Amino acid sequence: MNELRGVVVAHSGLAKALVEAAEEISGLRGVLVPVSNTGCDRGALEERVTAAVGTEPAVVFVDLAAGSCLLAVLRRLRDREDVRIVTGVNLAMLVDFLFHRTLPPAEAAAHAASSGGSAIKVP
Amino acid sequence: MPLLLSRVDDRLIHGQVVLGWGRPLGLERIVLVDDDVAGNDWEQELYRMAVPAGIEVVFASVAGAASQLGAWQSDRRRTALLTGTIEAMASLHDADPDAMHRINLGGVHHQPGRTERLPYLYLSDAELAFLRRLAADGADIVAQDVPTAPRVGLDALR
Repeated sequence: MNELRGVVVAHSGLAKALVEAAEEISGLRGVLVPVSNTGCDRGALEERVTAAVGTEPAVVFVDLAAGSCLLAVLRRLRDREDVRIVTGVNLAMLVDFLFHRTLPPAEAAAHAASSGGSAIKVP
Repeated sequence: MPLLLSRVDDRLIHGQVVLGWGRPLGLERIVLVDDDVAGNDWEQELYRMAVPAGIEVVFASVAGAASQLGAWQSDRRRTALLTGTIEAMASLHDADPDAMHRINLGGVHHQPGRTERLPYLYLSDAELAFLRRLAADGADIVAQDVPTAPRVGLDALR
């Protein structure tokens, strides 16, 4: 079965840092694609997102549940049945995704979102 | 209360506007002036998602906004007005130079033909000349992405 592509879309250098950290923890490199909004107007960011996602099934992780990154992702991908979007990306979420890439996009997205949410605690 | 911020930002409503400017200015209303967004309910809902409760969001076309500037200027609500393009802001300035006297260049990003003037401000030579003509007509134009950043006048842009 084909494995899912993961794309992380975030402000400034956050996506790159998250991807590097997830790769270091998991040992799985080259699976996650970081996209930054730095230097982009709306159209340019949409182009970056589109290029990063490509035409294969994917899960797209976005930092904030509102704002320019989410807007660009939704504009270009909201009609894609084979792409799911998760907001509030964190490291636990990405690591979970890396080990569940054989799931269908909706299931992989839900699984990652659950792991990411569970990682938020006030010890 | 007059319009507190009249800003050109090609990302329209985003974090710098809502948090960077919204908190120190105590914004109660954001007017988003964009012909495309004004006609798109779905995009309006997305922009509303980015704004905290307590801040009203008004969507207007350029022509619609031009007829409302006086009302917004005299309204008590603390208001920021956003356009995505220099041309739209210039149209509003032409419609009501008093209400749109101060213009903030907050985010104009790279496109073919534009040169980096500041990290968040890319302008073609023609756009810079256009802004200088607008300033010569009386507009007070300053580049500043967030309130904690230096204010940069047109004369300093190269």
